[in-house]
Amino acid sequence: MAEVKLLGTWPSPFYYRVVWVLKLKGIAYEFIEEDLNNKGPLLLQHNPVHKKIPVLIHSGKSICESMIILEYLQEIWPQNSLLPTDPYDRAIARFWIKFAEDKLPAIWMVFRTSGEEQKKAIRDSLEMLETTEEHALGDKTFFGGDKIDLVDIAFGQLSQWLQMVEDVTNVKLLEASKFPRLQRWINNFKQVPIIKENLPDYQEMFAYFKALREMLLSSK
Amino acid sequence: MGEEVKFHGMWASPFSRRVELALKLKAIPYQYIEEDLSNKTPSLLRYNPVHKKVPVLVHNDKPVAESMVIIEYMDETWENNPFLPRDSYERAMARFYAKFIDDKLLPTLAKLGQTAGKENEETIEEIHEQLKVLEDELKGKQFFGGQRIGYLDIVAMILVWLHLAGSITGQKILSTEKFPLIYEWIERVMKMEVVNECLIPEEKRQDWIQLAQRAPKSASN
Repeated sequence: MAEVKLLGTWPSPFYYRVVWVLKLKGIAYEFIEEDLNNKGPLLLQHNPVHKKIPVLIHSGKSICESMIILEYLQEIWPQNSLLPTDPYDRAIARFWIKFAEDKLPAIWMVFRTSGEEQKKAIRDSLEMLETTEEHALGDKTFFGGDKIDLVDIAFGQLSQWLQMVEDVTNVKLLEASKFPRLQRWINNFKQVPIIKENLPDYQEMFAYFKALREMLLSSK
Repeated sequence: MGEEVKFHGMWASPFSRRVELALKLKAIPYQYIEEDLSNKTPSLLRYNPVHKKVPVLVHNDKPVAESMVIIEYMDETWENNPFLPRDSYERAMARFYAKFIDDKLLPTLAKLGQTAGKENEETIEEIHEQLKVLEDELKGKQFFGGQRIGYLDIVAMILVWLHLAGSITGQKILSTEKFPLIYEWIERVMKMEVVNECLIPEEKRQDWIQLAQRAPKSASN
């Protein structure tokens, strides 16, 4: 069996995307924790362009960018498929994956900023949530329909990291009354067994990001 | 056969021109709708309600938006002249560098028109670092796709645009000394009729430069 290694950092939501798919597909792997303040030679060797995690190393070959890693895993290990078979449905899935990639960073801008910059990030985040609720999710249980797929994985940050950002910044973004479908999705997503067993401990995560935000704001 | 392909695009948008090139490379007959971005057609708004942008491909009345999503859809639907490599690792690499161009190089190029003086110099340095990544990718290859033009070549057409812009404005970002492989690639692809058909026609290039300098990011808006 070919060797799979995953370079990542707790509690990065991008690292968790790959963990979820590796476990959903039953792929054995070795986890290598990276210290992002002291990037190791393995990271610099395998992701020289961006020097970021996650990085998947399969039989010595490295793949970077979480959603690109996931498309690769889906192709090499097609069991428990996480993309539709129909090309048009796949195109729709990929459209929403790109939307998640492009728009979710607004939440992290809320996390990293204050004042006017944060206000803009809040507006962008709300717009993103509205579009996701209305157009991406609609009346489905999951973005993938009856079961989760790569689109759910792409939006996975909304499950626990969004709440963390709200609690750390004291900014409420996802009010259940305004976003009932997304709230239901969050509850359902967190109950999927593989997801439930593979989420960072909330208290630990909160403490980590709270300290990180304080450091970011004080260094401005 | 009942295949109907329509394509909503805009003459000055590199994203739109990518899809045009892809359609021609696969020899797919299509009906083209030129969008006036200040007065978008009701069809465009209906087909891409989320972003209201070009390009949009409409296949048998089903719309697909986002240039790279469209290109992957085309590759899966029309199997002739494949864009993506067969090998999964090579596919991941093609996607990685395409994302690099879209997420890193294009935004830095957009900054060019908006900076001056020292900031401009720093932007140019940043572009050079990013171009080096692409230069390295061409080592030992005729095209980014290997022996033939492929997925990454289609996205990398922005380099041809950069070269054309340089000849008009006189600001040469792409030098042959620093980027010999990219230059060879540009010469190679510009010999292809299908590539030339998808470039901005010469008589519109001045207009294009002015458009790009005024609002670089809104070309596909």
